[in-house]
Amino acid sequence: MTGQQTHVFRHKHIFGLEQMSREDIEYIIATAHSFKEISNRSIKKVPTLRGKTVVNLFLEPSTRTRLSFEIAAKRMSADTFNIASSTSSAAKGETIIDTARNIEAMNPDIIVLRHSSSGAPHLLARHVDCPVINAGDGTHEHPSQGLLDIMTILEHKERLDGLKIAIVGDISHSRVAGSDIIGFTRLGARVCLAGPATFIPYGIASAEVEVAATVKEAVTGADVVMALRIQKERQQDPLIPSLREYAIRYGINREVLQYARDDVLIMHPGPINRGVEMSPDVADGPWSVILDQVTNGVAVRMALLYLVLGGVKESQDTEG
Amino acid sequence: MSVVIIVDNGRIIDPLHGVDSHGELWICDGRIVAAGSVPADGAQRFDAEGCWVVPGLIDMHVHLREPGEEYKETIVSGTRAAAAGGFTGVACMPNTKPVNDCGSVTTFILRTAEQGAARVYPVGAVSKGSAGGELAEYAEMKEAGIVAVSDDGRPVMNSQLMRRALEYAGSHGLPIISHPEDDALSRNGSMHEGFVSTRLGLRGIPAAAEAIMVYREIALAELTGTRMHLAHISTAASVDLIRRAKDRGIGVTAETAPHYFSLTDEAVRGYNTNAKMNPPLRSEIDRRVIIEALGDGTFDAIATDHAPHSVLEKDIEFDLAANGIIGLETALPLALALVRDGSLSVGRLVELLSVNPARILGVAGGSLAIGSPADVTVIDPRKRFVFAEETIVSKSRNSPFLGRELTGKAVLTVCGGRITHAELMPN
Ligand SMILES: [Zn+2]
Repeated sequence: MTGQQTHVFRHKHIFGLEQMSREDIEYIIATAHSFKEISNRSIKKVPTLRGKTVVNLFLEPSTRTRLSFEIAAKRMSADTFNIASSTSSAAKGETIIDTARNIEAMNPDIIVLRHSSSGAPHLLARHVDCPVINAGDGTHEHPSQGLLDIMTILEHKERLDGLKIAIVGDISHSRVAGSDIIGFTRLGARVCLAGPATFIPYGIASAEVEVAATVKEAVTGADVVMALRIQKERQQDPLIPSLREYAIRYGINREVLQYARDDVLIMHPGPINRGVEMSPDVADGPWSVILDQVTNGVAVRMALLYLVLGGVKESQDTEG
Repeated sequence: MSVVIIVDNGRIIDPLHGVDSHGELWICDGRIVAAGSVPADGAQRFDAEGCWVVPGLIDMHVHLREPGEEYKETIVSGTRAAAAGGFTGVACMPNTKPVNDCGSVTTFILRTAEQGAARVYPVGAVSKGSAGGELAEYAEMKEAGIVAVSDDGRPVMNSQLMRRALEYAGSHGLPIISHPEDDALSRNGSMHEGFVSTRLGLRGIPAAAEAIMVYREIALAELTGTRMHLAHISTAASVDLIRRAKDRGIGVTAETAPHYFSLTDEAVRGYNTNAKMNPPLRSEIDRRVIIEALGDGTFDAIATDHAPHSVLEKDIEFDLAANGIIGLETALPLALALVRDGSLSVGRLVELLSVNPARILGVAGGSLAIGSPADVTVIDPRKRFVFAEETIVSKSRNSPFLGRELTGKAVLTVCGGRITHAELMPN
């Protein structure tokens, strides 16, 4: 059920796409494809991870990613426990290490961690025995999002090799961009970034990553346009004068999209500020694959849960 | 009866007096004496064959954590770590709890240091509580025994306060030690701003955050005609500014730390909090320029910025982890690596680690002249050892060099005629 059996997936933890080879990424996507079909069945459940315990440790607010991981685990019959920041002990001054030790005592098979500090999954993994999956850490990576973006593009374009993918917005503070840039380029795409310089991180330009002067330049000839969510400032750091000025200069609208390829895909990791990073008609228009992204998110997360446990099925004949 | 120590067969290096020759060094009752000038019977004799005999090393920038954070380090444990690393004197920064901003804290430090294994030179605060507001009482602290003033740990952001501090410190013969950092540029940053910080998603501290303040300090030193010492310089841009200021005869001196010439920001990968310090580890270009500046005299001193922390501050999220690493027990081998690769002469090494720190702080030491206090370090430049957790003398373990094999070590440390560390056996 996992496509080509030749590839050995050797990652115990999923920290980010930086640790993944092209073959790893393709293998995860192939696995996700095989799981996607489950979501279309009338009984959306397989016993693959029966008896396994998945702890969703979300120490930063998130509804969509947590829900997606939870659905993924449940579709594979795993038991899931959600520990959110409001119910966790983080507020009481308990450290992530204390929390991890307590969770460890419950013998989880996987911990899925969302945390506001970059590198928190690495820290957690040093203190627990089970696999850790990064569900977004600070401004570092959000690997499952990067993978579902790749899966979505592949479904429409069949390949990433040679594609031009524009990413517009706050690249500096986006963990989604962190994973996307690595994943897209590793699969052969050319990435073109656009945004005011306050949003472009130091040293990002490379052979495969170009920084455009304008949105028009980034979008011209693009096969995919990804817009990122914008915040006016972070940590008292002024980044843009106003959302209004941003929308005028850098928002993705119909006008600028005429420079993209006719079959351009419009993507957004959500939630969208409609009218800021993207005009409503673009977000809901025919090029938009934003809802495909959500659907593929569940499949990719099922694949990750499956693969970090060694890709071993609890019982035979799960596919029926 | 006199206490006599004789170090035989060593290579005696005393750059202040142009000495670099094989011979014996005699110590009697805490002072260096002429060979043969006192009776040798009952003397402790050490065979220093293959070793260098140098003036006791002085680390002009350490954090001993006492009073207030004794679980990280105490004056006694910190000076023992110093002795193990070959140091006979350390200047301790005032960012303790309470801050060393008055005579009574200075007195406490010096009294506690009597039980220690190295000379302790307290540095007083520039401002009360190091809060950057009012001047601390320099005259009172000087009387109690401080050798310099600094608000180290944080920059003095108010330029007028720094100007007045320089002038006032000058009136009391105290040098100012600046921690050059523009904290608006560095705020919330946890590593050097560069490709690695982008990849790790960690907020960067640009090199300019240091260079901007280095330039301000140079301008203020020129304005006031007062001496300013620049602590823990980490960037090529700062080196360039310091070099030009020295060429123009401005009274600035500068130090860098062993980690800035031994590691780069690549050491942070994997979110290693033992590679987190302020200023942060910089780029390879910065590292190379720092080494060059050690050789050409732009830097006056190597200081460790020894900053002990426990797992409570280090085994946490990278952005929340405390800045700083221990350095007393690794400084010498890391600096010796520069001698081995030809970047530094042995004499220059001794200037950086002993002669110049003594001169900048205006304290004894840095000399093996007859009659000097017997602060002596014997170095075996070929001794190899693994810097392992269990061998660390400091109370804390926060070092990026854990597990590294290092070459070169202090095998005998003598402070005021007292043996504070010995790996050589007397015969
Ligand atoms: Zn400092």
